[in-house]
Amino acid sequence: MKKRNWYLIFGSVLAGIVAAFIVMGFIWTPYDPTEMMTGPKFDAPSLEHIMGTDNFGRDIFSRILQGAGSTALIALSTVLIGAAAGIFVGAVTGYFGGIVDEALMRFNDALTAFPSVLVALVVVGVLGGGKYNVILALGIVFIPSFARVSRTAFAALRNVNYVKSVRLMGANPARIICMHILPNTMSVLLPAITIGFNNAVLAEASMSYLGIGVKPPDASLGYMLSEAQGMLSLAPWYALWTGGVIVVMIFAVGLIGEGLQRRGKEGL
Amino acid sequence: MEEELVLEVQNVSCGYRDGGVFSRGEVQEVLHDVSFNVRRGEIMGLVGESGTGKSTLAKLILGMVKPTSGKVINYSRRPQMIFQDPFSSLNPAFTVKRIMEEPLKIQGVKNRQEREDRVMEMLRLVELPEECLRAKPYELSGGQRQRVSIAVALIQKPKFIIADEPVSALDVTIQAQILKLLKKLRRELDLSFLFISHDLNVVYQLCDRVIVMKDGQIVERGDVERIYDNPQHEYTKQLLAAVE
Amino acid sequence: MLEIQDLHVRFHNRQREAVAGVSFKIEDGEIMGLVGESGSGKSVTAMSVAGLLPRKQCDYSGRIMLDNCELLHADRKVLRQVQGKDIGVVFQEPMNAMDPLMKIGKQVEECLKVHTQMKAPERKALALDALRAVELKNVEEVYEKYPHELSGGMCQRAMIAAAIVSKPKLLLLDEPTTALDITIQSQILKLLKELNRKYGISMLFISHDLNVVRKLCRRVVVMQRGLVVESGETDSIFHNPQHEYTKKLIAAIPTREGRGSL
Repeated sequence: MKKRNWYLIFGSVLAGIVAAFIVMGFIWTPYDPTEMMTGPKFDAPSLEHIMGTDNFGRDIFSRILQGAGSTALIALSTVLIGAAAGIFVGAVTGYFGGIVDEALMRFNDALTAFPSVLVALVVVGVLGGGKYNVILALGIVFIPSFARVSRTAFAALRNVNYVKSVRLMGANPARIICMHILPNTMSVLLPAITIGFNNAVLAEASMSYLGIGVKPPDASLGYMLSEAQGMLSLAPWYALWTGGVIVVMIFAVGLIGEGLQRRGKEGL
Repeated sequence: MEEELVLEVQNVSCGYRDGGVFSRGEVQEVLHDVSFNVRRGEIMGLVGESGTGKSTLAKLILGMVKPTSGKVINYSRRPQMIFQDPFSSLNPAFTVKRIMEEPLKIQGVKNRQEREDRVMEMLRLVELPEECLRAKPYELSGGQRQRVSIAVALIQKPKFIIADEPVSALDVTIQAQILKLLKKLRRELDLSFLFISHDLNVVYQLCDRVIVMKDGQIVERGDVERIYDNPQHEYTKQLLAAVE
Repeated sequence: MLEIQDLHVRFHNRQREAVAGVSFKIEDGEIMGLVGESGSGKSVTAMSVAGLLPRKQCDYSGRIMLDNCELLHADRKVLRQVQGKDIGVVFQEPMNAMDPLMKIGKQVEECLKVHTQMKAPERKALALDALRAVELKNVEEVYEKYPHELSGGMCQRAMIAAAIVSKPKLLLLDEPTTALDITIQSQILKLLKELNRKYGISMLFISHDLNVVRKLCRRVVVMQRGLVVESGETDSIFHNPQHEYTKKLIAAIPTREGRGSL
């Protein structure tokens, strides 16, 4: 008699719906998102433009489909870069300990001491703006938090008996780390990854909002939000739709994270 | 007659240094001038209370810790260990089959059929039903888990096994079964054991010789019968009085 | 003084009843043993007596009478008055059962603070008495120490002191010696005997180890799968066990004579 994990179910369904729309946005949008004058300017939501139009008469629904797509893509790549590098660093420091651990973790502390947007700003400043550089910048910003979480998990499991016993079998450290410890850290790491995804969505949004993120003609939710701010009195729905999509996206992934965390606690 | 040895521990001392990377603390000596040997086919008992250095000694023999002085000579290839807590000694993410196959994979046994045959052979040896293979560790009882641990050790064909309180965490009726199994395995596979325990009665049932440790030193050693009938050291007498 | 009548407990996530109709009585000043292996329901029985049953997560029925007070269905307020004051509890792991950030003395006094209006010096005097009663030395020093500064055996003594400081009628001992070294075990058993003789505290001693129970308890209840399979005088059960399971338990005790049998 297992209790249903409603967080996981509801979160997955919601995320599934969002993902379906995003995928649809890659293949087909009602109008070309960058085409101007598809209808009157500042048109309120109607059957033709279900989310209305902006100051150039572009279809907001189409733009949101595309914007959500690039935001999700940026967030996902960011988290993957951050998690991959962070887990690698955390696994090595946590498993081996000693002087490497000390050195890398102090470096980590130093990195954390800077506000994350500042670090991202520096990276973007050096490399220039644009989608891919934002991904790289945010990815680097996310490494320390993943490194810390996974280091704790790996250090805790390093001396557990089953790990000792594989060491006695003569397994090399790479095998022990990847095959034996990593699967058992998932209950901690998966929730961390979902939280990381949400932070990445917000970080991208705030960077684009500040004008150092994606560049037109690319659209992302954060960039669109900053656009919407300028026409808040003329087309308030623009900001509402864009903000709403960000909220739903974060809410869905947040639910999944919470669900995974609960499952992890019950599992062991 | 020269007896064949599987393990020789010669005048081993071992200490840890307190403190981290930047500070050098006092050296805490955990083991002091410990010497003994284990003969082939013998079950050697190691008795002592918590904090006497039993676990450090086990780690030394397995090469996980280096002695500060003295020598450990393993005459057998790759000794194995059975841990006290059968909950933590099996990887919770794997099935029993995968856990048992792992040592073979590490040794490079590529043939799947060969691996499966070896696993089945071990399963029969530790008297577990075939259904267990698909189970995850948390679905098994404590006794079954300990049998799996033993099978994992045995599949690597060791000649010498360190058993660190292998029955202390189990119910008494299960304890008796596991002890019986260990005795059977010794007979059939020509194994030698170092059996670490705080329970003198268990040691008496199972072991041929015994060493008694206190505060990192061996205070008494000899045949199990002799130590029971005629303990010399004050501490051994205390231990025996406690189980009367 | 304690009477359990037909106790049933079933947890909501389990099919089988953890306790399936257990009844027994403890007389005044008696040490009663409760023996069984893991899953036998002995700990759940003890939890019910101590009022520690998670009531929302299980169905339960029966009666637990401590003198004239019914405990199983009593409301929280009544239970809180009984807990600590009339029933003292000692757990298996002394290190886990104590608050690592609280001085030993304060922990021993805790129950006086909750149940009485006593002033601090009065409480301290009683706490020191209790620490003396469990045969700790330099009680004034121990009073000021933190749990990690004591050995396992000393910690367990301090736990017992905390359990007896308010002079309870019943002491519940849940495997109090299992985590301890063997020489310390026998000291704690001796101490419990002494406390029982001196102060007449009744005890329910829960253990999986028949050998330990034999040294301490006059009567014993043997449980298996939620049921009492045998109960009576410890000596007669040892020499003449009736139930199959009791026989198995006794046979499994490692003894000198058992050497050939493996």
